[in-house]
Amino acid sequence: MSTVSTVTPRTRRGTELVLLIFAIAIVLVAYANVGIAIKNRLPADIVPMGVGFTVLVLAFHLVLRWRAPYADPVLLPIATLLNGLGLVMIHRLDLANGDTLGQGAAVRQLMWSALSIVVAAVLLIVIKDHRRLRRYTFTFALGGLVLLLLPLLPFIGRSVLGSRIWIGIGGFSFQPSEISKILVVIFFASYLVQTRDALSLVGRRILGFPLPRARDMGPIMIAWLASLAVLVFESDLGTSLLFFGIFVAMLYVATERRSWIAIGLILFLAGSYIAYLLFAHFQERVTLWINPFHPGMSDQIALGLMGMANGGLFGTGLGQGHPELTYFANSDFIIPSFGEELGLVGLTAIILLYVLLVERGLRAGLAARDGFGKLLATGLGFSIALQVFVVIGGVTRVIPLTGLTTPFMSAGGSSLLANWVIIALLLRVSDQARQPTIEQSGPTLGTDDTQVVKTR
Amino acid sequence: MNSPIRRLGAVVALMFCALLVAATIIQFVQANSLDNRPGNRRTLLASYSKQRGSILVGGNAVAISKPTSDDLKWRRTYPNGKLYADVTGYYSFTYGASAIEQAEGGLLSGSSDRLFYRRLVDVITGKPPQGASVELTLNAKVQQAAAEALGNQRGAVVALDPKTGAILAMVTSPTYDPNPLASHNLTSVSKSWTQLNNAPNNPLINRAINGNLYPPGSTFKLVTSAAALASGKYTPNTTVPGPARLKLPQTTVSLPTDDGQPCGPNDKTTLIHALAVSCNTAYASVGMNLGAAAVRNQAQKFGWGQDLKIPLAVTPSVFPANPNLPELAQSAIGQFDVRATPLQIAMVSAAIANNGKLMTPYLVQTVRDKNLDVIQSTDPKLMSTAVQPGVAQQLTTMMEAVVNSGTGSNARVPGMKVAGKTGTAQVGGNQIADDWFTGFAPADNPQVAVAVVVENGGNMKQGSSGNTVAAPIARKVMQAVTSK
Repeated sequence: MSTVSTVTPRTRRGTELVLLIFAIAIVLVAYANVGIAIKNRLPADIVPMGVGFTVLVLAFHLVLRWRAPYADPVLLPIATLLNGLGLVMIHRLDLANGDTLGQGAAVRQLMWSALSIVVAAVLLIVIKDHRRLRRYTFTFALGGLVLLLLPLLPFIGRSVLGSRIWIGIGGFSFQPSEISKILVVIFFASYLVQTRDALSLVGRRILGFPLPRARDMGPIMIAWLASLAVLVFESDLGTSLLFFGIFVAMLYVATERRSWIAIGLILFLAGSYIAYLLFAHFQERVTLWINPFHPGMSDQIALGLMGMANGGLFGTGLGQGHPELTYFANSDFIIPSFGEELGLVGLTAIILLYVLLVERGLRAGLAARDGFGKLLATGLGFSIALQVFVVIGGVTRVIPLTGLTTPFMSAGGSSLLANWVIIALLLRVSDQARQPTIEQSGPTLGTDDTQVVKTR
Repeated sequence: MNSPIRRLGAVVALMFCALLVAATIIQFVQANSLDNRPGNRRTLLASYSKQRGSILVGGNAVAISKPTSDDLKWRRTYPNGKLYADVTGYYSFTYGASAIEQAEGGLLSGSSDRLFYRRLVDVITGKPPQGASVELTLNAKVQQAAAEALGNQRGAVVALDPKTGAILAMVTSPTYDPNPLASHNLTSVSKSWTQLNNAPNNPLINRAINGNLYPPGSTFKLVTSAAALASGKYTPNTTVPGPARLKLPQTTVSLPTDDGQPCGPNDKTTLIHALAVSCNTAYASVGMNLGAAAVRNQAQKFGWGQDLKIPLAVTPSVFPANPNLPELAQSAIGQFDVRATPLQIAMVSAAIANNGKLMTPYLVQTVRDKNLDVIQSTDPKLMSTAVQPGVAQQLTTMMEAVVNSGTGSNARVPGMKVAGKTGTAQVGGNQIADDWFTGFAPADNPQVAVAVVVENGGNMKQGSSGNTVAAPIARKVMQAVTSK
């Protein structure tokens, strides 16, 4: 990829600042809009809120100028915009439910946003080179597995609406699978970079279709079984699907063998079918997917659909619809809430923001100069894409509804924290990819993997 | 590794395309049908948040929204209670709307696309939005007369202006008071709803246009007469068979006249006399002579089998698909599987009254926005040419004979020529027959066409007939229109 060139690439931090100011302005206008629509006046705290929010993200911007000057300029503005719009919608739903700013979910979300942004900034400062993460490959694997299975432990595990994916300590609850996702992606990337040659070159052809050796099937079987364990013991279809999907995608990218996708799809379909046979609540989800108005079952999807229909093309306007009529309007169903109040136009814009976010992630993967960076950025970018697809697809009836959070928007601290960490890692990889090659000739040279030259 | 990343990017693009398509389907393609789903609280909340337009009869509101202090802001009230219930319908937060409240819901609530420009003006000028008002074609005096004449007997009355198709009265009994259903006390609404749904005789059903369709009995002889005259094979004075019993082909049963007597000397009579005395055997043989296709064709020209929205949906009336000869004989006198709504029977009289031209019936005269500007106004529309003017004239003469010298004597109005036809329709089992009357007046310059059905003999029970029970009701309606 990298061609020797004497031109120093532009850092693009100025572009980022302009986009960031746009993002902040949109969020503040939306916040003012909600106040005027519901209470007929500007929110009293718009100045401190606006200043606080601005200071926070501008500080992050300065960290980038200092520690990752060549990072992708679009990632931070998109994350800021999505996070801010989510905050506005959560606040708007608090108002509809009669909660003031102090009592509702918005203030907690605001604190989590601040904490997440700070954590992301600190990560960028601490991790100067993403390749250092490879040193802890198996620590991450262990950590990911422990976090994933933590909710199964007695005393701290919590079942919420049938899914056992929460832990609670005191009054504080957390969804560890969100963080586990990142650790597992790092592990996959690191592991696959080491083993990709074995996985991609050895094997035989059956009916012209290259199949891996039986012993190379080990990792995919372990990932599949772990996903099934999440499904069976934690009754969480969304998380299970997400982990397995990320693994198959990364395996494909690492090995360039389509047979992994075929094997993955077959295993996934088999797992889904087993789940369908075993679990009544999954059968109900499928029934509601086919007919959301099925009598005698949950009308949640139906309410969401009617909300989106009510919004139509241009939406009712923020604060002027009735998204509060749908249950979980500020978490799983925040997308129908936006569909209702911002209309198809607004929803399309939000989906396109996710498209851009994922595209920048994959682009960082394309540009990265090391295999680990490529796999890491691709895995993280694809994890956002898959998660957005599963959650928005669930409420728009593309696939059966499964519980996952909408990245950056849903009310929920663990999800927010995890997504900001993903942004920090993507920024780090993209900075590494875009910075002038001359800086690479440091002590890291020679520790790189042997580059495999590909003709395609 | 770059080419699989690119391919993965293409997969991601497909995934997001699927989401955009799904969102477009929900928010654009299916948006209307989702909005109009019964029980959609968002649509209801939206319609309660602004003043709903009134439904007017003769300039007076029969349904009007009044401000309340609760959070639904406006409550629907029906000042006349039961009188217009089946036309206005109810407007309930829990159970949605019916009749005009439902059919013209978009205009009444102000959400119709036809009000788009006016809504835009409201947004710019900052005026509170308000729905359009709907003026009905009903005539308060005629509606009142019809309701009083029918009283508490089960049945329905429909009166039309034959020249335009405007519906002047539409009464059905038993009926209900829509006010309790429009209450904002949802517990009491639910109680009234259960009560109405469990009440005997389905008070929520509009028998004039829906309900279980009635066998029209002898009123259908008008259709058979029209088919006979239109065929060119008959005139009112054509001699037709009129025995006391008519032996039906392909079967052992025979069809009797109502009184068991022949309709004329030597078992023969004329077509005009056969109608005047409602001779079953004569019409059965005329029907068989014409054939099923000719009778069905004529029935369709009068509106049988057609979907009609006035704008309330009208259940299509039925003529049997493939009757054999004995079945055709019974169909020709409005029995067997012939079924009709009272509105359909009124349309038969109306078409004859209007020189054979059937006008499309309608209930909504004008729709006005809050500034009283007319948004929509119904122009009379020809639905079909049921018969030629000459045939209509012959039918009128025959129907006058029914009232002047035949079975319809109770419909006579001093100083006015009345045309009509009685019916006493067997409804099967041991139930008492339904009584019918349809006609129009004045016969020489028709202003009203009417159809009356009273189920199971009404208050007279056994021994009742179209003439004793239904004709007096029709007379009062015709008098209310013509002031005679």
